Amino acid sequence: MPRMTMIEAIRSAMDVAMGRDDDVVVFGEDVGFFGGVFRCTHGLQQKYGVSRCFDAPISESGIVGTAIGMAAYGLKPCVEIQFADYMYPAYDQIVSEAARLRYRSAGDFTCPMVIRMPTGGGIFGGQTHSQSPEALFTHVSGLKTIVPSNPYDAKGLLIAAIEDPDPVIFLEPKRLYNGPFDGHYDRPVTAWSKHELAEVPDGHYTVPLGKAVTRREGSAVTILAYGTMVHVALAAAEDTGIDAEVIDLRTLVPLDLEAIVASVEKTGRCIVLHEATLTSGFGGELAALVQEHCFYHLEAPVMRVTGWDTPYPHAQEWDYFPGPARLGQALRDIMEAR
Amino acid sequence: MSSDKAGSAPVVTQPLQFHVPRPASRPGEKPDFSDVVIPKAGSVARPPVDVDPKDIRDLAYSIIRVLNREGEAVGPWAPDLSHDDLIRGLRHMMTLRTFDGRMQMAQRQGKTSFYMQHTGEEAVSCAFRIALQPGDMNFPTYRQAGLLIAHDYPLVDMMCQIYSNERDPMKGRQLPVMYSSKEHGFFSISGNLATQYVQAVGWAMASAIKNDTRIAAAWIGDGSTAESDFHAALVFASTYKAPVVLNVVNNQWAISTFQGIARGGSGTFAARGLGFGIPALRVDGNDYLAVYAVAQWAVERARRNLGPTLVEYVTYRAGAHSTSDDPSAYRPKHESDDWPLGDPLIRLKQHLIAVGAWSEERHKQAEAEILATVIAAQKEAESFGTLHSGGKPSARDIFEDVYAELPPHLRRQRQQIGV
Ligand SMILES: Cc1ncc(C[n+]2csc(CCOP(=O)(O)OP(=O)(O)O)c2C)c(N)n1
Repeated sequence: MPRMTMIEAIRSAMDVAMGRDDDVVVFGEDVGFFGGVFRCTHGLQQKYGVSRCFDAPISESGIVGTAIGMAAYGLKPCVEIQFADYMYPAYDQIVSEAARLRYRSAGDFTCPMVIRMPTGGGIFGGQTHSQSPEALFTHVSGLKTIVPSNPYDAKGLLIAAIEDPDPVIFLEPKRLYNGPFDGHYDRPVTAWSKHELAEVPDGHYTVPLGKAVTRREGSAVTILAYGTMVHVALAAAEDTGIDAEVIDLRTLVPLDLEAIVASVEKTGRCIVLHEATLTSGFGGELAALVQEHCFYHLEAPVMRVTGWDTPYPHAQEWDYFPGPARLGQALRDIMEAR
Repeated sequence: MSSDKAGSAPVVTQPLQFHVPRPASRPGEKPDFSDVVIPKAGSVARPPVDVDPKDIRDLAYSIIRVLNREGEAVGPWAPDLSHDDLIRGLRHMMTLRTFDGRMQMAQRQGKTSFYMQHTGEEAVSCAFRIALQPGDMNFPTYRQAGLLIAHDYPLVDMMCQIYSNERDPMKGRQLPVMYSSKEHGFFSISGNLATQYVQAVGWAMASAIKNDTRIAAAWIGDGSTAESDFHAALVFASTYKAPVVLNVVNNQWAISTFQGIARGGSGTFAARGLGFGIPALRVDGNDYLAVYAVAQWAVERARRNLGPTLVEYVTYRAGAHSTSDDPSAYRPKHESDDWPLGDPLIRLKQHLIAVGAWSEERHKQAEAEILATVIAAQKEAESFGTLHSGGKPSARDIFEDVYAELPPHLRRQRQQIGV
């Protein structure tokens, strides 16, 4: 089986979806002729023509707004916001329109669309190329929110998202585009070619939305993570020797609560890990759900390891990024907590 | 102003003045529409639909009018509508006005929480609808119910939506007047202004992508043109030559804010289209014939793949903004009496009388018939409940249609509410 980077897997997903369904259209800033600033749409315009894959004006609300109109018409737009940090101009269209169209029209109009956006830090992106705004989507009823952590999932989840009848926010951790990253920024970068989850089938397959997966079985503590943080969690378990169970949530909404509860009931401890800022982050929701559903199994308070409640800094990237050292400390702390 | 030394920039010592546009008149003052320049009916040329946009820039600054003061249809824009068509148009407008009256009263009687009237603007949506073909899609605001009425959408269904009763097609989820009907080419109305304007462009782009023959119509009020989605819509429509008619209903007011606050220094709202290379027409919004003629022109342009057209309808919001609004707090009480373009119903009625196709008696009779029809619809709608009494949507309906399928967390929440 071929090995793909996350970029290649994402491109392959769109290629497969466009090949199977003429109603799938792809557009965004620099997405057409050039193939995207991260090359995720490279070659699609040449293969499918300008009416299926095209460049858009620099207007996020225009991109999402027109895509909603297209979806209402019956197409399945898969649009790109160049960086998740630039989704705010489209936020009204996403929250007030895409998310609610089915509901407010009682199913008369629907919005089957995907909004892809590179997310997360770890690349010296500073304040506006590093944000993780997932909580701004998970808080919105009517949206589904996905964050893949590897090429295999990225392709399968993206195809599933494009085929899904609801609007899906597809957050691509850009730090993972070319290789897995576990937060050990001082070590040489690794490429996906060495990783088993980079084995990606060429053709059509899906990874179901709403299903988490266990990346590492363990008995001492459950780490709930998604995106880049899955790799950080695996590294921290390795570094500390603490037998952590690492759950890769993959879909934040709808959430695989069953998988979470089963794991925490087994381990009795839970750390929630994300790169986004702490206060009102998705981790707050996860922590609340764990204490609601696993209260009598918990042997320690649920802990959260996240980005600080500050804008994402440039020079202090590694002081901000919740890497394996910080998670390792939390793991040791939670094992001692009573 | 003084200049310190030769060759350097002059030093300006005058303090700057902050400019806030003010309407021509406020409560207690005499209404003043001297700024609204009204050309003679029939005086504006009618270019071919494939005209080069730069050759018709003047149309963005004039007003296309067909009906003159004597009620005659004059000039190159006089459309090819039969007397029967026009009588139907008059009845649509009368139905909308009667409907508004009844629903306004129903709100006052506590049968619903909210209503918005169209008074004075009936011609815009009623005449535009006639220019469309089956399958075309409107992306309306809350003030274009004439699109539904002129397409024979059942009045009972509209009222059930307003009452949020057990027959409400929106299942009680939406504020009154936020209708939706795909079948009738009427896109679901959102409370968030201007969002639908750019969606209309996307719908039109989709139709072109699929080599379809259907076109879209976008709708926005004068005040809402200030939203960034108005700009986004014009950019996308212009870039992709989308088959869309971009309608701006300039009724002079956005709640309490006069149109000058949104328009600023630009000559007209139509002129906004010119910078995007979009041909723009300005039309007498109270002239049913002119609205129809301009709509037909713009629709044909779109249908012939010639691209978007921006149309500004010059009209006046004769009623309150909504049932929650009192216009006497911000504009002269009888300002609408001075509105120079008159009342669209009266003008079409006079035209029909002038051409011998209508009479005062027939008009009275039509009024009585329409009132009876609307009252019958209202009775039927009320038999399915009103907001606070009778049948209402199920609490189960809260959870449906958030997603195509009920996800586990909503299933749990539905169980909590016990339905
Ligand atoms: C985004 C947004 N901002 C504000 C409002 C509140 N609001 C509702 S109607 C309205 C005025 C709109 O005026 P205009 O576009 O001229 O349309 P008209 O009501 O005159 O038909 C405002 C400010 C809203 N619904 N949505």
